Amino acid sequence: MSPQQFFFIITAVVILVSALMTVITRKMMHSALWFVLALLGVAVIFALLEASFFAVVQVLVYVGAIAILIIFSVMLTRKAMEDTGSQVNKTWVISLLIVNLTAIGGFLAFRSWEVLGTFPTALMAEHYDIGELGMALIDPERFALPFEVTSILLLAALVGAIYIAFQRKEGKK
Amino acid sequence: MSFIADPIPFIITWLTRTMTSWGWPSEIVTVILYVLGALLLTVGAMVFTTMLIWAERKIGGRFQDRPGPNRVGPWGIFQTIADMLKIFTKEFITPVGADKVPYNLAPVLAVAAVLCVWAVLPFSKTVFGSNIGVGLLFLIAVGGLGEVAIILAGFGSNNKYALLGAFRAVAQLLSYEVPMVIVLLIPVMLTGSMGMNDIVAAQKIPFIVLAPVAGMIFFTSLIAENGRAPFDLIEADSELVAGYNIEYSGLKFGFFFVADFLHAFTSALIFATLFLGGWQGPGATNIPILGFIYLLIKTALVYFVMLALRFSLPRFRIDQMMNLNWKFLTPLALFTFMTTAVVNKVLPAGENLLRIGGLLAVNVVLWLIANWAMSSYMVRIPRPVVSGPRPVAVGEKKQAPKEEVAS
Amino acid sequence: MAHEWLYLGIFLMLALAVPALALIIAGLLSPKKPNTIKNSTYECGMETVGSSWIQFKVQYYIYGLVFLIFDVETVLLYPWAVAYNRVSLFGTLEAVLFVLILTGGLWYVWRKGVLEWA
Repeated sequence: MSPQQFFFIITAVVILVSALMTVITRKMMHSALWFVLALLGVAVIFALLEASFFAVVQVLVYVGAIAILIIFSVMLTRKAMEDTGSQVNKTWVISLLIVNLTAIGGFLAFRSWEVLGTFPTALMAEHYDIGELGMALIDPERFALPFEVTSILLLAALVGAIYIAFQRKEGKK
Repeated sequence: MSFIADPIPFIITWLTRTMTSWGWPSEIVTVILYVLGALLLTVGAMVFTTMLIWAERKIGGRFQDRPGPNRVGPWGIFQTIADMLKIFTKEFITPVGADKVPYNLAPVLAVAAVLCVWAVLPFSKTVFGSNIGVGLLFLIAVGGLGEVAIILAGFGSNNKYALLGAFRAVAQLLSYEVPMVIVLLIPVMLTGSMGMNDIVAAQKIPFIVLAPVAGMIFFTSLIAENGRAPFDLIEADSELVAGYNIEYSGLKFGFFFVADFLHAFTSALIFATLFLGGWQGPGATNIPILGFIYLLIKTALVYFVMLALRFSLPRFRIDQMMNLNWKFLTPLALFTFMTTAVVNKVLPAGENLLRIGGLLAVNVVLWLIANWAMSSYMVRIPRPVVSGPRPVAVGEKKQAPKEEVAS
Repeated sequence: MAHEWLYLGIFLMLALAVPALALIIAGLLSPKKPNTIKNSTYECGMETVGSSWIQFKVQYYIYGLVFLIFDVETVLLYPWAVAYNRVSLFGTLEAVLFVLILTGGLWYVWRKGVLEWA
């Protein structure tokens, strides 16, 4: 077993266990913290795949901003620390059935996909060049329009979120 | 001669040769050397913090016209060692109902987040921890880990004041990361790479000359990220008692303290690397140890400026702090970025005087506009009056004081 | 490339392990005398009443939100900044347009009064 495989298996176990604990834990704050661990695990996977930029951006944006935002929003709900209610809702039998069928079906469908048996090839022997992505983002024939539309999308997200959150504040006034 | 000029790589090559001659495979040798190097940096940084704490207390004392520690050892050098010995033997008072794992993980994570920065900084041309191509973003990412540590501390203490203090601290840290991330685009633009080694190697002219406004914004954000005065609202607010580390005692509190001081020095190191040219200096490319000395001198200068600011300026209120960030630093950072990008593209490339002069002129113009905007804004928006009319002490003559109050 | 991240992984493990070791040593060296008054939650010397939960100000969430938007925007700009020296003036103007749209967003948020710490 190569070192890459070994680290990958450990990281994959950590991610799966954290994701499971996120859903199973009774206290919401603990669930948010397990979520942070799952995100860090995904960053490690990016690093194993030699995508350094994405590993660092994952920690920077996901852990540094989104996870913290989720923790803040957990705090906004007053029942965060209490063990209220049952862990399942009324339709849990049907959901369990559908999820199992989907998982088994997906497993059977992907079993014959030949990519699963190969190892990832090294991207490039030299210095990893994120500048190629930069050039692609600017090139009018490639991704210039999605780049600009992304900024409009971010603007829309900002305005929408402020509209919702700020209303609540004005309601208090 | 090469040992004196370049000690660390000399030792590394000697060790590699010795271990390979014993017949160990080169992979294991590399891993062992990595572990040794990381151990040296980690333990070295933590031990160096004792000197830092002493320096801060001594210089702080001098700024405040008092001697500082001077009993334990000559000039009080061993004061921090005495304090550390004391802190090691204090009891760990865990509050009832505290969540064990977050409560105990928080100080460790806080120190680890600061220590990780030392892994990507280049100390000289040949001595650096790890040359990942994205060192700059890595610095900011581990800042995010520090924020998680603060939330763990506040949440794990089962104390509503700790939680409130932790949220305020994280709100401050989040806010000041915005201008920092925007302004760090400028060294990346001027270098063409995000790796710290490349940024230092490209600074024949230090970036503080080419982008002084960016440097100043970055410096302010660094101080605010650290939680130092004048931004030390987190730990000094009377209504929050002691912030997120109320319930910590003994070495756990000591670790938050160590993380704070180490972060200050690390911030000075980062600023010296990114904007002052790091190990660049006359003769540093040939004799690497000179580069290390230049870096230390620059860092000491920046650290001294940080200390001077800490002991001279009064503290900000939280709304003043947030206004400074969102209404001054962020727009200024955005406009600096935009104008530097366009102007640098228009001016001819290379080290010529036209480019340096042009960029400097743009920065000066930006700074003047920002000053004018700030002063006109402050004239338009009235300052919130925090204290009401003051009652005058009533003495025997009851008539005269009432007249004073009425007028 | 893999070696760089291996070094960082080792460094992170050590950076977590060395303070943890110091904490364990301090835990062995320190006295352990818990009693109810010492272990109770600190509230300036008063007794705690009610559960330890607080009324959360929504302003914290809004700051996190605006930070997230600007963070994602800047992270999208980093690849462009790395390629800056190879990009033409047109490419620079595209990036400036990107930032201008979000500066407009900041202006909107400012004028709406959302950034006030009320």
